[in-house]
Amino acid sequence: MLAKRIIPCLDVNAGRVVKGINFVALRDAGDPVEVARRYDEQGADEITFLDITASSDDRDIILHIVEKVADQVFIPLTVGGGVRSVADVRRLLNAGADKVSMNSAAVNNPELVAEASGRVGNQCIVVAIDAKQTSPGKWEVFTHGGRKNTGLDAIEWARRVESLGAGEILLTSMDRDGTRSGFDLTLTRAIADAVTIPVVASGGVGSLAHLADGVQQGRADAVLAASIFHYGEYTVRDAKEFMRGRGIEVRL
Amino acid sequence: MKVVIVDYGMGNLRSVAKAVEHVAPSAQVIVSDQARSLLEADRVIIPGQGAMHDCMREFMARGLHDALLKAAAEKPFLGICVGMQMLFDHSEEGDTPGLGILPGRVCRFRNDMVDAQGVPLKVPHMGWNEVIPVAPHPLWKGFDGPNGENVGERFYFVHSYYCHPADASAVAARTHYGLPFTCAVAQANIAAIQFHPEKSAAAGLRLLANFIDWQP
Repeated sequence: MLAKRIIPCLDVNAGRVVKGINFVALRDAGDPVEVARRYDEQGADEITFLDITASSDDRDIILHIVEKVADQVFIPLTVGGGVRSVADVRRLLNAGADKVSMNSAAVNNPELVAEASGRVGNQCIVVAIDAKQTSPGKWEVFTHGGRKNTGLDAIEWARRVESLGAGEILLTSMDRDGTRSGFDLTLTRAIADAVTIPVVASGGVGSLAHLADGVQQGRADAVLAASIFHYGEYTVRDAKEFMRGRGIEVRL
Repeated sequence: MKVVIVDYGMGNLRSVAKAVEHVAPSAQVIVSDQARSLLEADRVIIPGQGAMHDCMREFMARGLHDALLKAAAEKPFLGICVGMQMLFDHSEEGDTPGLGILPGRVCRFRNDMVDAQGVPLKVPHMGWNEVIPVAPHPLWKGFDGPNGENVGERFYFVHSYYCHPADASAVAARTHYGLPFTCAVAQANIAAIQFHPEKSAAAGLRLLANFIDWQP
């Protein structure tokens, strides 16, 4: 049976991993290659890099990082952040990314999703959706870290990007992100049921039970988390053992 | 040893090259779009990514057809993902003729598949699934359990189409996703796999090492 995926997410700024990474015996907690290799050893099914570099002068740094990681870590890599054109997508794929995630650029120009997936195949194109609840049973798509409401209904937008050619959706609940109170399971379930492409749940993981809930109640195909892994609280292996205990198929 | 990875302009071959270099440090790993390299190679790997019709178009446009057929007739030869699908007669994806090296066709996963709990299965089939060998083959060396049983090693898949060989004796392994499908074929010096060994961590590297050691 297909295993549910566990995906650690790393924020990268100007070539360095930011937010605390606290592994035992890591020489340099800011080196993306070292951190990626550690997650690979723990059994991560994939790694996602979110490039949060603000300065446009430093934007090419992520390409070198992806190259270095891809040369040594043989699991799928997803890269997002600042992707605005098909050329950006191609550059990241050529550097060694397997999937490229786009967020505001897809909102501003939905045709970009179609154009990119037509060029490189839908399996390489992830659309990241940041959703916030605006009334009971209704979520809208936000950009700019949750500050700007696009007015798009999250469920309709998910269906739309699927029809445009997205191969996967990375869904983040802006209400839960950073709260450690668990995924927004109602939102996750609503999106997962609305589309026929895989959905990765993100935002709010504070415990291993949250990961299992995302799969079992949210029906996510994969779960993404950052802080519970970064601070050495749990390893990816701990997460998988817990999920297996809950009857979820995992790669161990 | 010269290992040639066939480059026909579809996607990045860097990961495949790096993974082969990793398991065969003394081999010369060449990513090439030249027919001559295929003829000089000791082993040939044909990866593939993207839509089948684009892959076939780009492949044919580079004049690699004859050299590839010759390589597939005599050298240890490995197709990966769309590089596996291209070996067959025909794909449903864009109603595209393949190379016809192996008899059979390529079909799409249906969107109405469900798992054992009745939950709909997503397409693409994306993630780590179990590869169950159905016949012994040097590629599976090290994947047996202590008593020779099939342990169902997990490899990374990402695809919406799967191969349906006409000749059941060519099936080397199956995977289950909504239905049991052929995820590996082997016939004489040809092997082809639907999953991505270059993205399948230790199991994938082991399989590539087995391909490098294979003496068909």
